[in-house]
Amino acid sequence: MGILQNILEQFINGLRSGSIYALIALGYTMVYGIAKMINFAHGDIIMVGAYALYVGLSILHLPAILAILLSLVVCTIFGVVIERVAYKPLRSAPPLAVLITAIGVSFLLQSVSLLIFGATPIPQESIVKFAGIKIGGLSISGITVVTLIVTTICMISLTWFIQKTKMGSAMRAVAEDKGAAELMGIDVNKTISLTFAIGSALASIAGILYVCQYQSLKPTLGAMPGIKAFVAAVLGGIGSVPGAMLGGIILGLIESLSKAYISTELSDAIVFGILVLVLLIKPSGLLGKIRKEKV
Amino acid sequence: MKNKQIDKQLIKNLAIIVIVFAAIEFLLYGDLLTRQFRSLLIPVCINVILAVSLNLTTGFLGELTLGHAGFMSVGAYTGALVTMNLNLPMIIEFPIALIAGGLVASLFGVIIGVPVLRLRGDYLAIVTLAFGEIIKSIINSLKITNGAMGLSNIELHGNYKNFGYVFFLTVITIFAIKNMVNSRQGRAVCSIRDNYIAAEAVGINVSKFKVMAFVVAAFFAGIAGVIYGHNVGTLKPTTFDYNKSIEILVIVVLGGMGSIKGSVIAAIILTILPEMLRSADEFRMFLYAVVLIAMMIFNSSQIKQRILSSDIFLKLKKTKKEA
Repeated sequence: MGILQNILEQFINGLRSGSIYALIALGYTMVYGIAKMINFAHGDIIMVGAYALYVGLSILHLPAILAILLSLVVCTIFGVVIERVAYKPLRSAPPLAVLITAIGVSFLLQSVSLLIFGATPIPQESIVKFAGIKIGGLSISGITVVTLIVTTICMISLTWFIQKTKMGSAMRAVAEDKGAAELMGIDVNKTISLTFAIGSALASIAGILYVCQYQSLKPTLGAMPGIKAFVAAVLGGIGSVPGAMLGGIILGLIESLSKAYISTELSDAIVFGILVLVLLIKPSGLLGKIRKEKV
Repeated sequence: MKNKQIDKQLIKNLAIIVIVFAAIEFLLYGDLLTRQFRSLLIPVCINVILAVSLNLTTGFLGELTLGHAGFMSVGAYTGALVTMNLNLPMIIEFPIALIAGGLVASLFGVIIGVPVLRLRGDYLAIVTLAFGEIIKSIINSLKITNGAMGLSNIELHGNYKNFGYVFFLTVITIFAIKNMVNSRQGRAVCSIRDNYIAAEAVGINVSKFKVMAFVVAAFFAGIAGVIYGHNVGTLKPTTFDYNKSIEILVIVVLGGMGSIKGSVIAAIILTILPEMLRSADEFRMFLYAVVLIAMMIFNSSQIKQRILSSDIFLKLKKTKKEA
């Protein structure tokens, strides 16, 4: 019983962190599908969301709902502005230039928050006051329950949005073929901005959940989850929305189980080792499409 | 005719190197440098080696690698372990450490280079980043590297007292990479950057040259790591993180990807400038970020084209050529 319970607990932990990774991975995958670039700064949008929540709660003393809204709005604006200012001028530039710019933006966000908030971690109480539930001998913390519910809602509504709405089909069309979509009367620039907006909003939700979990803020808090979420996106097949969800959850489970049963120090190495393996064996990921490169 | 030109260039370069070296040695032995400047001599050399070697993969091969600090850390730890266990005089021990560090780092270059053969662009960048992190977390968990505590009391073979040594190594690195780039191999590497399908079509073994570029870059990064370890005297896994890789990348980007001279100049500036502006240290990262973004947008914007094709610029170029 004891071992089984332990495994189950680790499993739920993994599900929690995995669903946060999935939320972030969705942003990577959507942006990659449409703009064909890795938005390295995506991880740092999580950090922006977390700090925006902190500013709303502890400095402006807003109620929790308004603080969450503030964080969402700030992140969305950041996402769209970053795209407009840094990535749009480079749309026809070589991929290397775009990648370096994205790294620059990521660094910029980190250093600006370092300048404003300092390097010492800021404690931030969780906004989830729900105590958690007990099933048999198994106790699940409140934040875990909330995280699972919120991410499920986000994923369902995102899938609905992409599949059923007009803007969603515009996004799919642009991802398929930018030129043809433009000829069909789709505003490509607007669609790309929308993608960045949605991705950043999801990242802000992930940031809020992350802060509620770890209850401390520092300028580099988004870097690690960001990179791991990218691994998740690649694992699931970059460009594929269901793939990002699946990849995130698998990655969370692997990380939590290897932390518990193999080694805490090596868990990062294992996570990145998986990335290398996936790219070696099946570079298109679990659910990704294979695209042949033409001359 | 062409040979003569190359000879002239070579003699000019050698003259510059000898003059620079003599000037620095004079300042060192005359004790004319402040402590601050003296402590900067070796880091400048280290950064030059790192930037020039990273330029080989990023500038000439055209693949972004984000794990250069990983290679550096492998070299640094290997070198430090060699000198700590060998107890021989410096003149024997240090070269062994350098070669061992370089070789082990280039072994890692092979290990990393082979999987990345199938990858290009974004994926490759991420995999090198992942490898950097893997190396860091393995060093963090190994006993021989003393885990998170790191190594300390490494013999200071690479400090300013042995500046001649380090300077010599730096010059060798620059010459080796420069010659390689101008050779048949280098042209093959550049052709992969410009159009890998075309390169493949004319019979260039893309995989071979890709791995070669990785291995050579890793070798020199390892040597830079050995010098670093023997200059500072202590090693910690956290020193060689992602930020360190980015720092080297900033040097390469600022100096101009594919320009060795640019890398050298940028490495000197970007090592000395932050020290001079110690009081504004928090702004260093901020500046790096701005440099990266601004350089990329400037490079692909209309402004650069206009400046390059403007009359004044063309005139300047002409007068320079005539002189």
